[in-house]
Amino acid sequence: MIVTTELKELLESIRYVYGYDFTEYSEASLQRRINQFMQTCQIAAMPDLGKALLRNESLFERFVQEVTVTVTEMFRDPLFYKSLREKVRSRLATYPLIKIWIAGCATGEEVYSMAILLKEEGLLERSFIYATDINQGSLQKAREGIFPMDHMAGYTSNYIRSGGQCSFSDYYLAKYGGVLMDQSLKRSIVFSAHNLTSDKSFNEFQLIMCRNVLIYFNQRLQNRVIDLFYESLCPFGLLALGNKESLLFSDRKAAFGELDRKERIFIKQM
Amino acid sequence: MSYDTLYEAVVIGASAGGLHAVSSLLDALPRGFDIPVILVQHRMKEDNSLLEEVLQKRCMLTVRQAEEKEPIAKGMIYTAPPGYHLLIEQDRSFALNCDPPVGYSRPSIDVLFESAAAAYGKSLMAVILTGANADGAEGTRQVRRKGGTTIAQDPGTAEHPFMPQAAINTGAVQHILRLEAIGVFLKNMNKLNQ
Repeated sequence: MIVTTELKELLESIRYVYGYDFTEYSEASLQRRINQFMQTCQIAAMPDLGKALLRNESLFERFVQEVTVTVTEMFRDPLFYKSLREKVRSRLATYPLIKIWIAGCATGEEVYSMAILLKEEGLLERSFIYATDINQGSLQKAREGIFPMDHMAGYTSNYIRSGGQCSFSDYYLAKYGGVLMDQSLKRSIVFSAHNLTSDKSFNEFQLIMCRNVLIYFNQRLQNRVIDLFYESLCPFGLLALGNKESLLFSDRKAAFGELDRKERIFIKQM
Repeated sequence: MSYDTLYEAVVIGASAGGLHAVSSLLDALPRGFDIPVILVQHRMKEDNSLLEEVLQKRCMLTVRQAEEKEPIAKGMIYTAPPGYHLLIEQDRSFALNCDPPVGYSRPSIDVLFESAAAAYGKSLMAVILTGANADGAEGTRQVRRKGGTTIAQDPGTAEHPFMPQAAINTGAVQHILRLEAIGVFLKNMNKLNQ
């Protein structure tokens, strides 16, 4: 079991040596991830983990990959995607060029979902989706666009409940227990590494989607990231968070209005 | 170190058959029951608030889903939202996460119990009720290891005995009680607290 001061020391030394800053992650969630990493590496005590990570760069690479990996699904929370179709579409349609940032895109399931939705709404041709994540392994999977076949039944039902207009199987090719997503969807997507804890804004967007990422951060870091989103949105730009995320305890609460309270879609106030 | 209160929180884990068991347990808690109660009941992802509504019907304390970053308050019953793990930070606030299911469950009882054990140490009570899987067994072990008090529903009286039995099999359960006795136990501990 990890004592929190030991955890803090570990995170400080990682920041000092490698420049990765986990000091403002949610401790409870991070601690669990680190416990699991220690178990798989058969490291019993926290100080031993610290020594091993600081001496061994490739072990640290593995550590970052395992500690920052997140899981997601296609059309996760179908009613959120339905709200995108019903409440967000008409706003996006007013822009000649639609720029969307999906921050913390994990293995890309929600990126392809967004591309499919835009295609069906006739907006994909003039959209750019910037999909970013801290985790290079996840990004690589997202770029490949290959997903396990046995998830497709659940995704198909999500797609239908989200108001999907076609047959979901039109968007992928199934082979050898996996599916390859329609490669033409990728023409509008740029996958790139971006670390929300340290990297800056890189464009101006009409919609920023960052779902179930902020819950892994503490309040201070959440505030900073929400500031970053605020600065990266155009006037009246939209911010979409996860179902259990809110601006309730955030410093920027007053800077956003609510477009859809239940589906956590916020609108930047001027 | 403060000895003001003996117990700072009660965590409860329940799965199959839990709705009835949890409901009658919470029903036994009187107004003025001060120790915050934090519940993981295995549930469908699509169940948005049905569990809370059903439990609230008979419970005299306020029942609602834990919010991310929310400070834990006395006299409340908090539930884990569907599709998320519920954890407790050192500063006694809630954290949610979307890590993969543990033993097919999200929310997972083990995840709540382990983080609660780390946050509260010996001022934690953990209760394992009816269920048909082993979630909560490892968590119960962690609670005990940190000096917390561990209780399991008597498997002979549980609708599904597997889950309390799995916790008991770890050797970490101190009290094996019928549902009504668990209610009495909690009430007595609350009195000691005051």
